[in-house]
Amino acid sequence: MTAAIVTTGLTKRYGRKTALNDCTLTVPTGRIIGLVGPNGAGKSTLLQLACGLLRPTAGTIEVLGGRPGSGPEHAAKVGFVAQDTPTYAHMTIAEHLRLGSALNPGWVSAIAQERIARLGLDPAQKAGKLSGGQRAQLALTLAVAKRPDLLLLDEPVASLDPLARREFLQGLMEHTAEHGTSLVLSSHLIADLERTCDYLVVLVDSRIRLAGEVDELLAQHHRVTGARREAGSMPAGHEVVYQSHVGKQSTMIVRSTAPIDDPWWTVEALSLEDLVLAYMTEARGFAPERVLEGQR
Amino acid sequence: MTWLAWRQFRTSMAIVAGAVAVVAVALLVTRPGVMDIYRSTGLDACTTSCSEQAIAFLSRARASAAGPLYWLGFAAVYLIPAIIGIFWGAPMVARELETGTFRLVWSQSTTRSRWLVVKLAAGAVAAMASAGLLSLAVTWWSAPFDRANDNRLIAEVFGARGVVPIAYAALAFVLGALIGTVLRRTVPAMALTLALVAAVQVVMPTMVRPHLIPPETFTGAVTAEQGFNELMMSPDDGYMTVVPKLDIPGAWVLENSALKASGEVFHGPMDAKFCGPDAGGPRSCEKWVASQNLHQNAVYQPASRFWPLQWIESGLILVVTGLLTALCFWWVRRRLT
Repeated sequence: MTAAIVTTGLTKRYGRKTALNDCTLTVPTGRIIGLVGPNGAGKSTLLQLACGLLRPTAGTIEVLGGRPGSGPEHAAKVGFVAQDTPTYAHMTIAEHLRLGSALNPGWVSAIAQERIARLGLDPAQKAGKLSGGQRAQLALTLAVAKRPDLLLLDEPVASLDPLARREFLQGLMEHTAEHGTSLVLSSHLIADLERTCDYLVVLVDSRIRLAGEVDELLAQHHRVTGARREAGSMPAGHEVVYQSHVGKQSTMIVRSTAPIDDPWWTVEALSLEDLVLAYMTEARGFAPERVLEGQR
Repeated sequence: MTWLAWRQFRTSMAIVAGAVAVVAVALLVTRPGVMDIYRSTGLDACTTSCSEQAIAFLSRARASAAGPLYWLGFAAVYLIPAIIGIFWGAPMVARELETGTFRLVWSQSTTRSRWLVVKLAAGAVAAMASAGLLSLAVTWWSAPFDRANDNRLIAEVFGARGVVPIAYAALAFVLGALIGTVLRRTVPAMALTLALVAAVQVVMPTMVRPHLIPPETFTGAVTAEQGFNELMMSPDDGYMTVVPKLDIPGAWVLENSALKASGEVFHGPMDAKFCGPDAGGPRSCEKWVASQNLHQNAVYQPASRFWPLQWIESGLILVVTGLLTALCFWWVRRRLT
């Protein structure tokens, strides 16, 4: 089966600024992929490279076996909703649907009509008069009704309140389950995606820090606590992701496929949020001592 | 895509088309009055040496209700390229880039080249049609005036007649679209488009048009009989400016001066016995100037070149328009990534 997204050494620079640096990644199809990272990490850049809006400075990216931006046939397979969910303010909802139908050979009018009706939106309303959440729904409707095999959503829930957020994600999951669409959702908050995604990509400072099945990642990561010890004391095959030494106690987050059976340590499971935060903190280079100094 | 282009473009197109229609109707309604004057002054039927009829026509036509429309026609034809560039061209791509909607439309199952083809083609065709209609109406309406003035080749009139306004409208539209694409901001793009369209409208007639066809030269002795367009003198230092008359009907005179035998332009010094306040009037000064062994040197485009110059200039402008279009495509495909 073709992977949803394959990148090798993917790099994107805007002038002197590097937005994405040497990213090598393979994302399978049929998943709901969470793309997580702090603001400015390169999430939008990666998604726009995947839908062909941007071109790589170096390296390659393949989406569903083809090069993004290679032509209308490929574009028909990939749906994209940009971060600020752009719509034409002076055009009505019905006109947006007409736009979608005119520009997409695979457009399924019933999906679009049904979604708009279910959301309780008036087709005669101008997009400029919609709330942020309604506009996001309209943009999503356009992307969904073209029946893409891969749907890329850049910060889709950022403009939604918590209730709308849950409804939005639920509707999205139903749709992807029903049509077998692969889905990439980006967010700077893992909490948004925790219940939704089954595959995780963590992007920090223009680099990919972590990628894998959520279940596997959770099974491989452990929080260990115990009397103070240096990270170097961990046996081979135990990768220390994050460490913090406070007083006489050490806390580490360790990646290991083998169980940690050293009685020195108390081993605990991690939540997805803790796991992601560990990678982000480590990548940001916050040594625990410095954090403590900052607190004084 | 055609539908989307039409949907986005229709309002601004309707406004310009409406304005053109208003001007065209005003010209249509007043044309019979102009023609009445044209006939009643005898200019219509006159074939040779019609200056008296021409003067009569101009003074009556200018005083009539149609008089201001002569100037309105000029203003409309000169303004339409700038208006099209500012309100159709500049926002066409810039507004999509500014509001982020390019990400919406470029992620549909179409290519951005196709998107740009349809948008530019729709705008360029509409621009050329509006400017063409306007120029046609103004040229047709002003024909009696142009006959009376016999000046349709001079820079100001030439640019508001015939086919060149069509080319300028196409240029202004594409220029606006390109500037909007490069600047990515609508308002700065509008301002820069206005400045550049105005610059082209000044540079073309002053620096380019005179050389599109190598101009003709006239040389001949300066005589008192032929008369002078200009004969000015400064009695304090004797400095003179002499412009002999040039009797070539309808010519666009680019250069006209009285030269000394050495080839330098004659600037006096005047002889106070013949010229100036204490001498025997203008005739004596003219005779004195004619006796200075001067020859007239004039460079001009003859009236018969009106259409050749129209086509050459239009062709040149359209070639530039084509290059700017190619640049616009290149920019959208290669630089906006």
